[in-house]
Amino acid sequence: MDLFEYQGKQYFARYGIPVSDGDVADTVEDAVAVANRIGYPVVIKAQVQVGGRGKAGGVKLAANEDEARTHATSILGLDIKGHIVHRLWVEHASDIKREYYASFTLDRAEKAHLCMLSAKGGVDIEQVVEEDPAAIARLYVNPIDGVDRQELERLVDEAGIDAEAKTGVVEMLEKLYRCYIDGDADLVEINPLILTPDGRVHALDAKVTLDDDAAFRHPEWSDFAYDQDGDARETLARSKGLNYVGLDGSVGIIANGAGLAMSTLDVVNQVGGSAANFLDCGGGANADVMADALEVINSDPRVRVILINIFGGIVRCDDVANGVLLAIERVGLSTPIVIRLDGTNAPLAREILTPHLSDRMILEPTMISAAKRAAEIANKGSK
Amino acid sequence: MSIFIDENTKVIVQGLTGSQGRFHGLRNRAYGTKVVAGVTPGKGGESVEGIPIYDSVAEAVAATGATASFVVVPPKAAGEAILQAAAAGIALIVCITEHIPAKDEALVFARLRRDFPGTRLLGPNCPGLISPGKSNIGITAGEIALPGGPVGIVSRSGTLTYQALHELSQQGVGQTTCVGIGGDPVPGTNFVDVLSAFEADPETRAVIMIGEIGGSEEERAAEYIRDHMTKPVVAYIAGVTAPPGRKMGHAGAIVSGSHGTAQAKMDALRAAGVIVAKNPTEAGEKMVEVVHALA
Repeated sequence: MDLFEYQGKQYFARYGIPVSDGDVADTVEDAVAVANRIGYPVVIKAQVQVGGRGKAGGVKLAANEDEARTHATSILGLDIKGHIVHRLWVEHASDIKREYYASFTLDRAEKAHLCMLSAKGGVDIEQVVEEDPAAIARLYVNPIDGVDRQELERLVDEAGIDAEAKTGVVEMLEKLYRCYIDGDADLVEINPLILTPDGRVHALDAKVTLDDDAAFRHPEWSDFAYDQDGDARETLARSKGLNYVGLDGSVGIIANGAGLAMSTLDVVNQVGGSAANFLDCGGGANADVMADALEVINSDPRVRVILINIFGGIVRCDDVANGVLLAIERVGLSTPIVIRLDGTNAPLAREILTPHLSDRMILEPTMISAAKRAAEIANKGSK
Repeated sequence: MSIFIDENTKVIVQGLTGSQGRFHGLRNRAYGTKVVAGVTPGKGGESVEGIPIYDSVAEAVAATGATASFVVVPPKAAGEAILQAAAAGIALIVCITEHIPAKDEALVFARLRRDFPGTRLLGPNCPGLISPGKSNIGITAGEIALPGGPVGIVSRSGTLTYQALHELSQQGVGQTTCVGIGGDPVPGTNFVDVLSAFEADPETRAVIMIGEIGGSEEERAAEYIRDHMTKPVVAYIAGVTAPPGRKMGHAGAIVSGSHGTAQAKMDALRAAGVIVAKNPTEAGEKMVEVVHALA
């Protein structure tokens, strides 16, 4: 789960990481009230989970109430790369002397936690990685031992952090590590981490991705369920516990297993189609799951054909076939379906489907032939 | 020959008394796997279809001489189960459990590396491995595999592993061992571990590798293949059309910025002399050509 900036700052605050005084606002009046309470100047920031907010006009400085009103009005409802702004974060503007970068994440290749620190903050860190990799200091942290203060001090020196900020940055990294570990985050990133003219070290932004698999030990995460920024199809899929990612094409896809689902997207693309979604119905592809999956896909007006690609291992293909038939009835589906089934009980599944075959229910022998058939139907535009 | 497991491998199932453990454990035994014991704390003395249950891995190992363990327990308990197996001297631990928190996985891996360097962990969140005709540990449907070699398969994805087995078996090309390393960010056994075992196995004469977007394991595999492998490798990478920044089902399958793209992985593999296919079917076809050329 990716947190919004304001949620990330709230999460940081739980772990004692200093952030600016601020609050969220969903209306212009609320934004002005927050600004008046915390005192000018304030920064008004669009809360969307997409980069490039500043360039899109989603971050503005306001020196007084009139400006706060003007900016809040212009930012609310703004479309930033397809994300509509419904919520603002209003915080007291900080004086900035220096901008740094700090993060913790899991380095898959090294199988260790990785801390990255740079004196070149405030810009796109990927750009720094490419243009000036030496400007980023790295520290691998063994999960058994955790962070060591002396190693952090060396890291801070190596990163070229100003001497006056050294203690503050080391303390910040210790807190950020606890937030990352105890908070079960996949990523915690502060960019920029700032040094103020009066010598304080402070998080001006917050990027936090939580590990969904650890949700069972974090009841407090329910606070972060705010979800109005997302894709309506994804919200529906999530409510049904489906593993779904919305895309822009016209072929709705259901497959069992993430790899096969990804591969189905690729093959549809290779034969001239375009996928409307990624949907992994997993190992429990029974009638209910199939009905839920078809309902989510059917809610997408762009979908002209549905491709079901199943390779039964644990999943029994006859269960899938019965599930599809039941689901069509339950959902009242009229969109054409192309089905490919292999693996456990596939012959039986084909037998079950045979009496129902028509130009709206098509059985294909292979993954590629099924993808071709689906792409043809989608491209003909017949719904 | 085969890698990691053969017809003599004695296996215990941690979680055999649970519904998943029972289903897959018995299925493995029906395939011919020597399933010698189950472990469930508090249920020692019971049995499942004639398989004795012990309270701890240490007791099960002492009684049976098992060297492999199949871990089928819920995410909260999986980390401890793996470490218990390692402490009892199990050499190969296969963990199919999905949704173990990443921090727990990282900690388990670090403990294994520091305290039990001789233990191999396959997974978590993997389909397991099968040496066709000999032994099957995990959730792979044994009937889609064809014994006799000469192809080794290594894959991050479960269902794509089945697809690869199917493509080869349909064409009459057998497999030595098929290893699913799993789609989690920190797999216990990685591509390079499996590739090097295939390289050392005289019966394996060619390898299919199935990767996916995210991380840099495929790039590391490409380096290994370039520098150390003499056997032909055919690869397929899933996720060419996956959008950046979105997890495609597996925790590890995510393109971050320009990092972890299918294209970069395919380029690295091609540069290392690997035959790169654009889909699983083509990977099967290319491997059939490779095998015919070997004969």
